Amino acid sequence: MNPILDISHIDMVFPTPKGDFTALKDVNLQINKGEYISLIGHSGCGKSTVLNIVAGLHQATSGGVILNGAEVKEPGPERAVVFQNHSLLPWLTAYQNVELAVKQVFAKKMNKKEMQEWIEYNLTLVHMDHAMEKRPDEISGGMKQRVGIARALAMQPEILLMDEPFGALDALTRAHMQDSLMEIQAELNNTVIMITHDVDEAVLLSDRIIMMTNGPEATIGEILEIDLDRPRSRLDLAKDEKYNRYRAQVLEFLYKKQRKVEPMRKSKTENKVKTPITSNL
Amino acid sequence: MSIVTLANKATNNVGIANSLQHILTKYLNVFIAPFLGILFFLGIWSIAAQNIQTSLGVFPGPSAVLTQFSSLYEEHLAERDKADAFYERQEKRNAARVAQDPNYVAKVRKYTGKETFLDQIITSLITVMSGFILATVIAIPLGITLGLSKILNTAINPIIQIFKPVSPLAWLPLVTMVVSATYVSDDPFFAKSFLNSMITVTLCCLWPMVINTSIGVAALDQDLLNVSKVLRLPALTHVRKIIIPSSIPMMFTGMRLSLGIAWMVLIAAEMLAQSPGLGKFVWDEFQNGSSESLSRIMAAVLVIGFIGFLLDRAMLYLQRLVSWDKSNAAL
Repeated sequence: MNPILDISHIDMVFPTPKGDFTALKDVNLQINKGEYISLIGHSGCGKSTVLNIVAGLHQATSGGVILNGAEVKEPGPERAVVFQNHSLLPWLTAYQNVELAVKQVFAKKMNKKEMQEWIEYNLTLVHMDHAMEKRPDEISGGMKQRVGIARALAMQPEILLMDEPFGALDALTRAHMQDSLMEIQAELNNTVIMITHDVDEAVLLSDRIIMMTNGPEATIGEILEIDLDRPRSRLDLAKDEKYNRYRAQVLEFLYKKQRKVEPMRKSKTENKVKTPITSNL
Repeated sequence: MSIVTLANKATNNVGIANSLQHILTKYLNVFIAPFLGILFFLGIWSIAAQNIQTSLGVFPGPSAVLTQFSSLYEEHLAERDKADAFYERQEKRNAARVAQDPNYVAKVRKYTGKETFLDQIITSLITVMSGFILATVIAIPLGITLGLSKILNTAINPIIQIFKPVSPLAWLPLVTMVVSATYVSDDPFFAKSFLNSMITVTLCCLWPMVINTSIGVAALDQDLLNVSKVLRLPALTHVRKIIIPSSIPMMFTGMRLSLGIAWMVLIAAEMLAQSPGLGKFVWDEFQNGSSESLSRIMAAVLVIGFIGFLLDRAMLYLQRLVSWDKSNAAL
């Protein structure tokens, strides 16, 4: 089977004042159409860097990414990204946020009416049709992430990239979102790469789990095929022997083979401090 | 009556007392406290004023200023009556001449009476708004450009840093000379004095707006920038849909700062340049030196303060209307 996406021997080297820092070393991965892939690994292992290279937001130092036979050189809507912090434009309503993407991607292919239907279809898909006219600050974190997913789906991407999409949500909301995502996946059968910290999430959602070693020079440590029938139900799987074996394998990789000794780094969200306004006047 | 109902009644009373206290605190904050503050100020003012002797008599207290307000208004009405009478006489005269000689082209002359206090207020308001709007038209696009280009920002930043601390009044003589040299016209649409004041206001409004806009643009959230990249938004759409909305709160911060400075500067510029406006009114009264001058100046001071306050509030309302970020525009 011909893979839709070929991540071909990529290295990523960041120049720093103290010399070059090799974040990724020889990451090599082929992904088939309709496959759901999870990237899992400790903080700072370069999962996000892999995703950003596929998205085109970063350029690999060597090696490259080939999507449908063409090399990825810049970001584009055929590789839609769902960001961890939803990244909705705060001044637009849920509908307008999706509209911005649809207008950009389907400017020539759809008329006004079709666009409206397409936007509404995608918002309905993520169960946000009741709050289309709400702005991001008027809805909960989970709802924002739903709109973010709707925006990405509305671009009709070849491959959907998700950077810890549910990382900022509480456990119950996260479970809801995972169920929604599986429901959508059953309908659309997208090709997905998802970054996650959550072992259960990875096993529940994925066809394959890519486990990454710790950086520097992070690379793919092990790949675990998840052979569980779909649709999957979290309740049934909790008692499923196979599921628990997969889970144990991931846990063993993370906490035995790749145990992190150094103190945990600050999470992404903590680093984001807005500069105060008045000090610069 | 059982103990339980008694107890209930007691809690009920406490509840009523609590809500009463709540309402009281609210009124205390909203009305009573500011009212007491003003009353206290008036008291101090009135006592202090009685004890200050100047060459023009006793320093005006609140009551002297209050009477001055009504006499300023009466003067305004009287002046308007005079103007009306003048135009009526002119019309009659012209009508009479046209009746005598049908070929006569009637001349209409403008009434050239003294500008009243109200006229000066309006002149000042028009000047400050024109200068401010002109500055906005220049500063916002410039700020966006600087915010977008790091190199351009580094190139222009030293110039901004040097001109920013210059009091616009230092510009005034230069502006005056340049305007009188370059704006030569037999039938000027704008008075030169108006241009001088307006350009001075513009010069002082520019910097806070340029700086705040460029900071707002440069501080664009990386995530939103990535969204724009993934969507491959063309440059112009990127500016229109992402950059401008996201920096609107900072733009308004700059605009409010500018307008506040502009109003202060304008009064000083009018005093210095003798261009019509509230500043000229204050200076004329000072030169006039009558027994009423001080109370008239004090009335002008209060009006200047009140208008400055209103201008700031107006900007705030505009911000609330336009900006998506309401937290930045709390009243």
